[in-house]
Formats: sequence, structure tokens, C-alpha cells
Amino acid sequence: MASWSIFNELDSLRREIDEAFRGVGLSRPLTTTFLSPYSTKRFPLLNLTEDEDKVYIEALLPGVDPKELELSVLRGTLTISGERKAPTEKGVLHRTELGFGRFTRSIDLPADINPDNTKAEYKDGVMLITMTKSEHAKPRKIEIAS
Amino acid sequence: MTTRDVTTSQEKNLQGREETRAPERFLRPAVNIVEEESGLLVTADLPGASKENLDIRVEKGVLTITAPVHRQVPGRPVYSEFSWAPYYRQFQIPDSIDQNGVNAEFNNGVLSLRLPKAAAAKPRRIEISVQ
Repeated sequence: MASWSIFNELDSLRREIDEAFRGVGLSRPLTTTFLSPYSTKRFPLLNLTEDEDKVYIEALLPGVDPKELELSVLRGTLTISGERKAPTEKGVLHRTELGFGRFTRSIDLPADINPDNTKAEYKDGVMLITMTKSEHAKPRKIEIAS
Repeated sequence: MTTRDVTTSQEKNLQGREETRAPERFLRPAVNIVEEESGLLVTADLPGASKENLDIRVEKGVLTITAPVHRQVPGRPVYSEFSWAPYYRQFQIPDSIDQNGVNAEFNNGVLSLRLPKAAAAKPRRIEISVQ
């Protein structure tokens, strides 16, 4: 099982490199810069996990109306797009760490999924997308005849 | 914006033990602060926090926002860009704010705090009697 983590690391590295070519890719865990003008252009931030028959994606989307969100799956790539509307209050700005506007982000999925069996929940600014792997992508137990 | 700026602004988001004197690590939520005629409006991104557990205090002119985060995601991690940790951030607020009139709202992971200005923040004249 030790080789698993190495594959994992390599996969993460590949994703980071992909991301670096998409924009300025310096983001790393434990940051809370959501569409911040002082940060990278990566929005929303994603965490990807999987188990034997499902793939889960957690996305940080604070302040985004779930009705304004769009999700699509095409050939093993999931795309999240939407808009975070700018506030209407006017006055003297003391701190501006939040960013607003339209965004689109695509992520490669680690396995083939069945698009009919996907569900997404949005709560308190976090979206959890649960996708079911296709039958052929699930590990299959092979009986050994003795 | 240079590369250096990006790195330092991100490191500030993670507050270590020396800064907060607590054993855990905290996330520093990003905020917008706007001053209107009626008062200050603080907007903070706190995704994953819940309305029930959010703790906002004003004490001796310091505004503290604390929120624990309890999230369990199934599966084993493949790729991650963020980690979950409790939120914590403090601000000094001016005396001219009416500390009892603070109004908070939490919607879609965004906290909106309205801090109204006090009406009695006017200069006072002291009479001197000559004998």
C-alpha cells in the first residue's frame, strides 16, 4: 500500500503544475483567500476525496447564491461556474480583502463517473458534490478457483 | 502584484501558536470593512461555520469573531487546496461605536456585522467658574 501515497503525491503535483499554467498557481492549503484581490485567481478552492465507489468534491463558495451556480461534467472534467455579486453598500473602504465577480473552474476527476448519479449540496458557503463512479471504474473482486 | 506579496499575504492567514497563545491553529477570515454614515459594516467570509456556533464579542473596544468548524468528508484525500480549522480574528473598534447596537447576519457562509455609530460621541464642554 506504500506506493499508493506516492501515486497520490504525483497526482497532486501534476494538478499543481496544470494549475500553475492556468494562472498564478501559488495557493496551498490553510488559506482563506476567497476571490481575494491579493491572492491567486483560483476560485473556488477545492478538496477532492474518493472512496471505492464515489468521488467527493468540496468547494468553498462563500457569498455565492446557490441558484447562481452551474455545474457540468464532460469527459471526466467537472466545471463549476457562477457569480459572486458585489455588495451595493457605498462608503469609505477600510479593508478590502474579498473579491467579487464571475468565475469558472474546471477540475479533472480521478475516475470515470456516472453523470446521472451526481448530487450537489450547498450549505453555509460550502458545496459538497458527490459523484458515483462508473461500474467499470470500480474495483472488482476476482474469485480464485482452487 | 509581485510573487513576494502573494506569499506573505497568504502566510498571514494561518495564525500560529505564538500569535494566539492557543494550542490549535486558526484560519484568519478575509474581511471587507466599509464605513457608512450610520456606522461600520464588516463582511467576513466564514464558509463551513454555522449560525449556531458563531461567536461574536465586543469587549473593551476589541471585536472578536470566533467560529469552530466541524466537517467530516468521506473518502481518502486525493488532492487538497484547503484545510479545515476554526476561524479567529480580532479588530480594534473605535469608541464612537455603539457597542450595544451591533447587529449580525449570517448568510451563505458570509457574516455581515453592522456596528452603528454612537449618538453621544460629541465633544463635551466643561464650565469653569471664576470665584
